[in-house]
Amino acid sequence: MTRPKLAVWKFASCDGCQLTLLDCEDELLALAEVVEISQFLEATSEIKDGPYDISLVEGSITTEHDHDRIRNVREQSHTLIAIGACATAGGIQALRNFADVDAFTNTVYANPDYIETLDKSTAIADHVKVDMELRGCPVSKSQLIELITATLAARKPHIPTVSQCVECKRAGTACVMVSKGIPCMGPVTQAGCGNLCPKIGRGCYGCFGPVEHANTDALTAEFAKLGLSDRQTSDKYRYFNAGADAFATAGESP
Amino acid sequence: MSAAPGEAYVISSPAPLIEALAAAGWRVIGPRESDGTISYEELWDPDDLPRGRSDDQEAGHYRLTDGRPDSWFDYVVGPQSWKKWLFPARRKLWSAEKTADGFQIDDRAEEYPKTAFFGVRPCEIAAIERQDAVFDNGDFTDTDYTRRRAATLIVAVQCARSAATCFCASMNTGPHADEGFDLALTELDPEGNHRFLLQIGSADGAALADTLPLRDATEDDKAAARLAASSAAAQQTRRLPADIAPRLKGKENHPGWQDVAEKCLHCANCTLACPTCFCSDVEDTNDLTGDNTERWRVWDSCFSVDFSYIHGGAVRQDPAARYRQWLTHKLSTWHDQFGSSGCVGCGRCIAWCPVGIDITEEAISIARDDG
Repeated sequence: MTRPKLAVWKFASCDGCQLTLLDCEDELLALAEVVEISQFLEATSEIKDGPYDISLVEGSITTEHDHDRIRNVREQSHTLIAIGACATAGGIQALRNFADVDAFTNTVYANPDYIETLDKSTAIADHVKVDMELRGCPVSKSQLIELITATLAARKPHIPTVSQCVECKRAGTACVMVSKGIPCMGPVTQAGCGNLCPKIGRGCYGCFGPVEHANTDALTAEFAKLGLSDRQTSDKYRYFNAGADAFATAGESP
Repeated sequence: MSAAPGEAYVISSPAPLIEALAAAGWRVIGPRESDGTISYEELWDPDDLPRGRSDDQEAGHYRLTDGRPDSWFDYVVGPQSWKKWLFPARRKLWSAEKTADGFQIDDRAEEYPKTAFFGVRPCEIAAIERQDAVFDNGDFTDTDYTRRRAATLIVAVQCARSAATCFCASMNTGPHADEGFDLALTELDPEGNHRFLLQIGSADGAALADTLPLRDATEDDKAAARLAASSAAAQQTRRLPADIAPRLKGKENHPGWQDVAEKCLHCANCTLACPTCFCSDVEDTNDLTGDNTERWRVWDSCFSVDFSYIHGGAVRQDPAARYRQWLTHKLSTWHDQFGSSGCVGCGRCIAWCPVGIDITEEAISIARDDG
């Protein structure tokens, strides 16, 4: 039986989500047995030609070249899965969406003339049809394996769409907002990370992006009661998922 | 001395009782201080109990504070309830493995040794009884729940203090329990003649009591326990009216649901902190080889959009509809379904709501006028 061909692609990103795949140490050999890893430059320089059965796409679209390349990836891919905050919401670099990109390039680069970049950093789904999205900065190892496993088994993956609070409560982690007065993005953030921050007494950073029907107005009002300035509250939304619709709107100064 | 159900004695400390439970082979679960809250975990030693600690609770607010230094039970209920032991947040229902000629199912139950719940508050006894009616009600039996429940002994602690979020007195579930326990302790006079009234609730409780240094309870001891309960009740400022269930009927289109939905994060904290909420989801998983599969049950919540997902989409898309579903089920239609209220007045949904939405305030407001 021929194994499905898996390709991993990088756009504007830090490579952290690809590293999550490499970090699946226990499962990596099993994965290599059930799929043919055909393109994964983070792991090997060997490239096999497409088409590909499954493409994992990391990173956001920030240049014209990216825009052309993702369409080429789409054409070669049967199932295209966007992985991580960059690919699903534009990533931390989507902070440029709320600023003047020319001012940035003039400040940072000695020769800004060499920089050709788009005004906005955008999600893969803004450019091509995406079959599935995996949230997170970075994505969760277990969700990544679950997604690949489910895709191979032709079943729906278990990717929870509940709030971070559900994950905390299931794990027995006491709410940091209620018990410590720490502003936490958990109530408007989708679960998935394994409640990494609340379980060590920190507020959620919103790495997994907005939960469905996120009530950011109510959370913003609560942050004000906890003593955050408008700017501090805006900064909470302006993070790894700044470009996601609900956070982009909430991040506008209240 | 031979103790019998219905009798009351006095002991000078709860420590020998914990030691007696361990000596009799019970796993003891009780309150422990952990990360700024009280949670229910295994106790290895009486010193594990959060002595001298109390709590400050309000809507959306919980802090541990210093109580009377020698007290054992000045705090009341924390973020967790006993349901995490009887109805765990995640439980494997079964697993299956591919074999040469089919597959082999493994549905062995997780081990649940005989377990003593130490420090169960009266509202929590009521909550366990509400879940009993859900998981074992004649029409339906959750055999894993009943197995755990049958192996569980309840050592209650009668409340001598209420938090600002408590409203058990109006729900007739506390602050004092007359039954539903094997043993019950009331802490008396921690700053003076410090002692504990020990009520015997069952033969198992009597057998344990017989191993303790008991004194007969005097009328003064019993009067002091009654006073503790009545003063705890008198501290309660929140309440729900006795006729809240019928008064919430026919309020489906009340504008108050939209008002509360504007404040509500629909984060599901209230339902997961609630000691009676019982909803779950079932997840099937398989490994990469396809040779092994597992079925898990996990806590779910009516505040999740996917909770009401059926063919074509979720039934309760509107956050107001989700809040209405939770509140009216808890306070009204639970009576139709199970013959009691689904609320025991523990106040967890008020304290652990990150934005401090108060179920008593919302229910009274919606029930009061015609909307």
